[in-house]
Amino acid sequence: MTLKSYNFVELNRKHHMKQVKDFTIVETQRYNDMYSRLRLRPADSAGLPENILPGQFVQVAVETPGVFLRRPISVNDVDYRSNTIDLLVRKAGKGTEALMNMAEGETVNVLLPLGNGFTTDMTCFKGRILLVGGGVGVAPLLYLGKVLRDAGHSPEFLLGARSERDLLQVEEFEKVGRVHLSTEDGSAGEKGLVTGNSAFSGELGMIYCCGPSPMMKAVAAIAREKGVACEVSLENMMACGLGACLCCVENTVKGNVCVCTEGPVFNIEMLNW
Amino acid sequence: MANLAVKIGGLNLKNPVLTASGTFGYGEEFAPFIDLDRLGGYIIKGTTLNHREGNPYPRMVETPSGMLNAVGLQNKGVDYFINEIYPRIKDYKSELVVNVSGARVEDYVETARRLAEIDGINAIEVNISCPNVKEGGMAFGTTTTGAAEVTKAIRAVYPKTLIVKLSPNVTSIADIAKAVEAEGADSVSLINTLMGMSIDVERRRPHLSTITGGLSGPAVRPVAVRMVWQTAKAVKIPVIGLGGIMNGRDAIEFMLAGATAVEIGTANFIDPAVTMKVIDFMEEYCSRHGINDINDIVGCI
Repeated sequence: MTLKSYNFVELNRKHHMKQVKDFTIVETQRYNDMYSRLRLRPADSAGLPENILPGQFVQVAVETPGVFLRRPISVNDVDYRSNTIDLLVRKAGKGTEALMNMAEGETVNVLLPLGNGFTTDMTCFKGRILLVGGGVGVAPLLYLGKVLRDAGHSPEFLLGARSERDLLQVEEFEKVGRVHLSTEDGSAGEKGLVTGNSAFSGELGMIYCCGPSPMMKAVAAIAREKGVACEVSLENMMACGLGACLCCVENTVKGNVCVCTEGPVFNIEMLNW
Repeated sequence: MANLAVKIGGLNLKNPVLTASGTFGYGEEFAPFIDLDRLGGYIIKGTTLNHREGNPYPRMVETPSGMLNAVGLQNKGVDYFINEIYPRIKDYKSELVVNVSGARVEDYVETARRLAEIDGINAIEVNISCPNVKEGGMAFGTTTTGAAEVTKAIRAVYPKTLIVKLSPNVTSIADIAKAVEAEGADSVSLINTLMGMSIDVERRRPHLSTITGGLSGPAVRPVAVRMVWQTAKAVKIPVIGLGGIMNGRDAIEFMLAGATAVEIGTANFIDPAVTMKVIDFMEEYCSRHGINDINDIVGCI
């Protein structure tokens, strides 16, 4: 099957009931001064929305001076048994800083689940599955890896960062599958960028990637060269997250489309990269 | 329960709450969160004669108490709207108003003419105030002669309710309002976004691909309230007020200043259910103040 004959967008276009809900922060884990993980549970007795997909995101209302719009944050993990959803937050500005400093017991208002997830039906692909993450871009890959593992696959992770201290959740990834590391300063794993990592050698069936735009473009180039299917997750600036404001558009083969509703996950065949 | 129904031209709205064009998609995006049938009406995304891709990314930046946008009227054109989108949304029981933009007077006229043929659409809102595209109408909206010209031409082909959306980027918005009233507009809505600009000082680049954009959100509200007050005193047609309404209290403020109806815009991005809360507040406000008919508070300042 050729990549182009495979209709990723249709496969992803499932309808999910979006909700606005208050959540209680039940646990916080501060990795360092840049990153925190927040574990949220619905403040009411109702459960999480059903079928939150890996790759989907949420919009969090941050009530702090100088912050007006919600902040889009990707889903790091979901646990339906404990009724919790995890968000990995990187301090990027006032909003995310206030969010990463929130305390256990506080309430946040969340709009979810938003966007389309990664393709997890792997029946069309044979070969190794590589999940490539850079910086806070590792966030959706943990949940994706768990879903793939639970479906009987053996996902491998390639995590990249500037140095060891910027690598996040490595131990959690190791519980899910084999982990390859790249750091620019060589403090952990292979020295250099993820694109130079030996994990790319050999035959691959599917690549998923989330991270800084230059990294995703470089990984997409490798995928094209190897003829491997590849999905990336974009994080364009957005206001509503619902496809109404038309601010977060990406120029694709179909013209400008909203990342919040047509993405954030795109097959690279859709993108003009 | 107080009467919340208001009249805008030929439209009988069950309450004064509308949604602002460009902030509410085609309504269906908000169906998971609200009862669309409860709205007074909803004004859908700016529609042009032909397909428009809009401006390049980035199109948005958050600013103090607001945001700048430079979407640039991205839409698939009026025929696509009529054939593909309208059938999906036509059964909602709120008045559906189509916002119309154009590059040339002929484009406005042709778009309006095609929309006039649709039975379920009883009004258009003509955008002569988009700051984000050269040909987005603001050229028409910033002079009384331009505003009069485009209104007159559309009036000749559009027999239903004609609302003209005004730009705040003018010296006297009341004069523009009088000019479009004289050419037969049934109502004016104001304000569209205020032209603004924001620079990323670290990168030494503008935040928007178009350099300038339209400012919306509560940052513009006092300006909008003032303009609604001035305009409502200057014209006899009903005024629709908008600009940074975040809650019911803000909506009442516009009505006190002279707005017969209001549009909720940017607030939809933050709370997709805000419109329902505004309607609830109006009911509660009327009951608390012993108001039997919400029309009684319009322009009481």
